[in-house]
Amino acid sequence: MATKQIYETKPLACWNRAKEIRKNYYLDYAKAHESGGIRWAGGAWTFSAIPCGLGDDVYSISSEPYAASIAANREFSTRCLEATERAGYARDLCSYMRNYWGSLILDEYLWGGPFPRPDFIWQDHICCSHAKWYQVVCDLEPGIPNFCIDVAVGPAGEINDNKLDYLVGQMQDGIEWMEEVTGRTYEDEKLIEAVDNECRATSLWAEICCLNKAVPAPLEEKTMYSLYVLGTLMKHSKVVADFYAELRDEVRERVENQIAAIPNERCRLMSDTQPPWGFLNLFRYLADYGAVSVGSLYTFGLIGMWEVKPDDTWGPRTTPRERGIEIKDRNQALRVLAEWNLNKPQWQHFYSPHLKTDLMLRIAKEWSLDGVMLHYNRGCEGLSVGIAENRLGLIEGGFPVMTFEGNMGDEREFDLARTHVRVDTFMETLGLKKDDAGSEPSEQTHRARVCT
Amino acid sequence: MITAGIDMGSKTIKVVVLRNGRIIGKAMILAGFESQQAAEQAFATALEEAGITGEEVERTAATGAGRKYAPRTQQAISEVAGDARGVHKLYPNARTVIDVGAEEGRAIRCNEKGKVLDFALNEKCAAGAGAFTEAMSRALEVKIEDLGPMSLTSENAIPMNAQCAVFAESEVVSLLHQKTPKEDIARAVHDAIASRIVSLARKVGFEPEVVLIGGVAQNKGFVDSLQRALECQVMVPEDPEYIGAFGAALAATEG
Repeated sequence: MATKQIYETKPLACWNRAKEIRKNYYLDYAKAHESGGIRWAGGAWTFSAIPCGLGDDVYSISSEPYAASIAANREFSTRCLEATERAGYARDLCSYMRNYWGSLILDEYLWGGPFPRPDFIWQDHICCSHAKWYQVVCDLEPGIPNFCIDVAVGPAGEINDNKLDYLVGQMQDGIEWMEEVTGRTYEDEKLIEAVDNECRATSLWAEICCLNKAVPAPLEEKTMYSLYVLGTLMKHSKVVADFYAELRDEVRERVENQIAAIPNERCRLMSDTQPPWGFLNLFRYLADYGAVSVGSLYTFGLIGMWEVKPDDTWGPRTTPRERGIEIKDRNQALRVLAEWNLNKPQWQHFYSPHLKTDLMLRIAKEWSLDGVMLHYNRGCEGLSVGIAENRLGLIEGGFPVMTFEGNMGDEREFDLARTHVRVDTFMETLGLKKDDAGSEPSEQTHRARVCT
Repeated sequence: MITAGIDMGSKTIKVVVLRNGRIIGKAMILAGFESQQAAEQAFATALEEAGITGEEVERTAATGAGRKYAPRTQQAISEVAGDARGVHKLYPNARTVIDVGAEEGRAIRCNEKGKVLDFALNEKCAAGAGAFTEAMSRALEVKIEDLGPMSLTSENAIPMNAQCAVFAESEVVSLLHQKTPKEDIARAVHDAIASRIVSLARKVGFEPEVVLIGGVAQNKGFVDSLQRALECQVMVPEDPEYIGAFGAALAATEG
């Protein structure tokens, strides 16, 4: 645990740019038809670079981040969840899915107006909710063409040519299907550019997360949620890749000048899985103890792409371009895209919780953590699967672990008061007191946070 | 040095007064809606038993769910810390503390110095807490203090599958309609709570010695169920419901 040093803090200069990119994303999707553009819907993990070959006027809505945005708006979220339940869907299903369906059923778009119906659905499938999500969307909105790619071929350590062929074959079929349902001719150059952008953006995000190994941490997780989300919206876009390059430079400067996320950093934590989006101030509450959540496998690895470096530390994945590989045709682009994504850290635990434990232990050690806060997220079976096993592995690795129950997208299943009690107790076991965290911690930390 | 500990529990408020680490006064009263007033009353009763005035108490620490609202206190510690400290003082070899209070069950694993290594709290259901036994005694039309001795006379284990206190009550009613002997139902109730508590204890990786505290520790039927479920002996201090307040008073002594 660190001493009682007080660090300088300041807001991120590129914060407003991040907000602007996100807002434009949702509005561009809604307005796409006004200029003859195409709208498509799919998950945050879908191969979003592929529809780029249909043209520059193709806009997507990424389902999980959209649902998370709904969840952060508790009034609208409750109406969405209740609408879904009234339609007969069970309350224990994925809460992202239920928020999304609710928005569709109510025909209300979070950003105003009716829900903009997609022209087609382009999804992938690794968690048990992925394909079902859009099967129900097609039930609710009959006539939307739907294509889903099965990516559950095994962990990164077992990738082989047959598995890549299986994915690339589906992608090739998908491109033919897209041409058929949109009536457009596919342009391979645009695909190649999008694959390049995706590799650059997702590697840059990992580089940014690596900078958080510094003490004091230049970013705290609540802020990181608002930044990583751009990659979940359009990891294939030049806009996001360029923004991450700008952000990387700014965060690097913060590290060099010891600009901290919170002024009173004394304890470093990580979380896991999606947070309860309607209650992100939980992360601010930590700051009252001088504790900062520096990230998580979720924040680092949902879109960030990593590799083990020669010194055995975790670092940003070397992009094909950095390795001197020039993508020349469709097949090569798809193969690069398939292999790149199969190495995604957040896909590994679907095959074994031990793979996730190993990654979490790596983060705990390399990011110099004092403890771990695990969200037993009842809203996401996919990312919560094996989390109790991860807890045991972390404890065995010597890291104190606190758990709290909640739901990323259903505020009715999260108890803030009880979670505060748990945090208080956990902080106490780590030897932290609110009144030790610096003078007037609450006011100071809340005022000096990274973002506004 | 004279110190005091206040445990602002969800149902009852307990006060313990110490002189040089030895208990010289204690009191427990129902929290009610005016918990601060109730705490003052408990404090006054404990001081009276100790034969001292409030001015003689040098330092007071609070614990319990309502600790933020405790009067007269200079410090507050969590229930987990209070329990661990109190138990360690009485049982230095204790490595697992199980506290079953009115509204919450918790398991704590400590090291040889009494430091908390891990803890687990029951989630949103009361089926692992004292309020559950009270509800079940009402359903059985048996006084709460008779539930424990009654269950000890049972020789039949009946599984209760209830996932929550409300469903359990309807299960008890069904068993009564099936003419199941009340002593068997009483045992089933205790086995059900024990099963919930054991899952908490396993979560923290329990190891002997195990000490049970909290109001439900007074229920011998529950202690029996817990020992069977844990397959080990469980020790119960003389005044198990005061241990949190005792731990807080010790914390006040240490400052």
